Amino acid sequence: MQPLIEGRGLVKRYGQVQALRGADFTVFPGEVVALIGDNGAGKSTLTKTLAGTERPDAGEILFEGRPVSMERPTDAQELGIETVYQDLALAPDLDGAANLFLGRELLRRGLAGRLGVLDKATMRERAIEAFARLGVELQDIDAPIGTLSGGQRQSVAIARAVAWADKVIFMDEPTAALGVLQRGRVLEVIRRVRDNGIAVVLISHNMPEVLSVADRVEVLRLGRRVASLTAADTTVEDLVGAMTGALDGLDGQGAPA
Amino acid sequence: MNLDKTATPPGHPDPDGDRADGQPATRGGREHPAPVPQAGQVPPDAGSFLRRVVWRRLARSNSWWTFLVLMVLVTAFSVMRPEQFPTTFNLRNVATDAAVLLIVGVGMTFVIIMAGIDLSVGSVLVFAGVAAAKTMTAVAGPDAGWGAILLGVLAGLAAGAGWGAFNGFLIAKARVPALIVTLGSLGMALGLAQVLTEGQDVRGVPTRFTDTIGNGRFLGVPWLVVIALVVTVLGALVLATTRFGRRTYAVGSNAEAARRAGIAVDRHMIEVYALSGTLAGLAGVLSLARFTTTTIGGHANDSLGAIAAVVLGGTSLFGGIGTVVGTLIGVFIPAILQNGFVILGVQPFWQSVAVGAVLIAAVYADQLRRRGRQRR
Repeated sequence: MQPLIEGRGLVKRYGQVQALRGADFTVFPGEVVALIGDNGAGKSTLTKTLAGTERPDAGEILFEGRPVSMERPTDAQELGIETVYQDLALAPDLDGAANLFLGRELLRRGLAGRLGVLDKATMRERAIEAFARLGVELQDIDAPIGTLSGGQRQSVAIARAVAWADKVIFMDEPTAALGVLQRGRVLEVIRRVRDNGIAVVLISHNMPEVLSVADRVEVLRLGRRVASLTAADTTVEDLVGAMTGALDGLDGQGAPA
Repeated sequence: MNLDKTATPPGHPDPDGDRADGQPATRGGREHPAPVPQAGQVPPDAGSFLRRVVWRRLARSNSWWTFLVLMVLVTAFSVMRPEQFPTTFNLRNVATDAAVLLIVGVGMTFVIIMAGIDLSVGSVLVFAGVAAAKTMTAVAGPDAGWGAILLGVLAGLAAGAGWGAFNGFLIAKARVPALIVTLGSLGMALGLAQVLTEGQDVRGVPTRFTDTIGNGRFLGVPWLVVIALVVTVLGALVLATTRFGRRTYAVGSNAEAARRAGIAVDRHMIEVYALSGTLAGLAGVLSLARFTTTTIGGHANDSLGAIAAVVLGGTSLFGGIGTVVGTLIGVFIPAILQNGFVILGVQPFWQSVAVGAVLIAAVYADQLRRRGRQRR
């Protein structure tokens, strides 16, 4: 099966710090793959590289088998890649609909549209639908996002990614700020997205959560992939072992030579 | 556009499940939005929708209180001096005095909503006036025709746009803080205007220009006021209803989020500063028409006046929040105060004191609102 996205030997330096040291990563179409690793293992950097927000210093990224070079986030968007950032990347002073359509505003038809006039009614209507589909309940759809609770803001960010993604959604710690109920709901959303044929890359610290929702798990340590595991045959102990290095040399699949 | 890509709630047949075919969510999709078929959906009652939106906007609006202050001032002065204050003659004067500052304020509104600042507008105004006057007098004399006048006006606008783009480029691309860039161009534009004129105000501006645009009226309303109102209405529409306006709010609210959403933030910043510069250029041309000469020394306080008006109008210095209508109100508070104090025989210097106090109060109220919001 051809991978949807494949990162090969990715290197990224920030000054003296080498965040990625030849990292590999694979996402297959329509799967939930968890990306785990200790703090500083390079998860966020790898995500940013694959989602087009950061350019790698070395290595290549294949999308559906072809090498791609993503200069800016819109390049990733055009490939059908969306990202839910840990800091959510929402505009707090704008309402839910404006955030859902941020950078992709709908314009009216005809002359007004050519003058750049927004089609606010349609955007609002579709935002309501998109939120309803994920079970997001906003008391006031016209309220600025900054007035919502953390969980609601998270839901808006996820709804935005789900609304636009065609191939894959990267989610950086999507449940970290949430309560138990909302966490369950986000995991349910992840499954629903996968069932619609869209792959999900889940970055998480929560091992039981990872094993309950993911099909595969890829483990990063010190900027490299050290293991690629099938969730069904893996225990929390295996994951911790791979993250901390106790399994080095035991796993042939992704360990560095 | 494929909002309907995710699963529908259990028990609902997916109305268009066949669209999960991986059609790319390209950016081009927004130009041709495909209507989402929604069986049995009743269109919302437009009237109640409008009323609800208007009411919510009003309740959230920072400019609402400023508007009340303005109304109280107008009422108070009208009651105290019914013979002198609420007359056509007096209000026409107030509006004419405020017109130039209003035009600068409209541009400043965009800049501040984008979480920027433009200290240079007063000097850019002077420079544009000099550019316009020099062009008019170079092409023809005091009895020049409309062709020469138009050329001068265009020179003034271009000079303003140039300074604005210069500011925007340094802020967006060279990443020099806006405060410093525009403080620098504040000095540079005024200095160059003085170099060009050797410090002497340019005279001999075409009389056709000064008699009509500067001091003439259209249907009883001074041309200056007509032009300022047209600029204000256009500015308000662009800000509130267009993609350009929406992105101005987005950049001011969270520039990094805007960048990650694919908005060309740098370019947008350059465009907004260029807009501010162009409007300062227009203000310079109108000032030239009104005073029949460049007023090189007379605009030292214009930048701060415009910023004060914008902030009084409820626009947040932190970006993301504000309206052009608020700025319209904010321009008239100092103007009415000044005029009222003169009529009442109060020393007009009190106007500065009063405006300063109101300004601090307005920003304090904005801070309180923000803190209250974040606590939720």
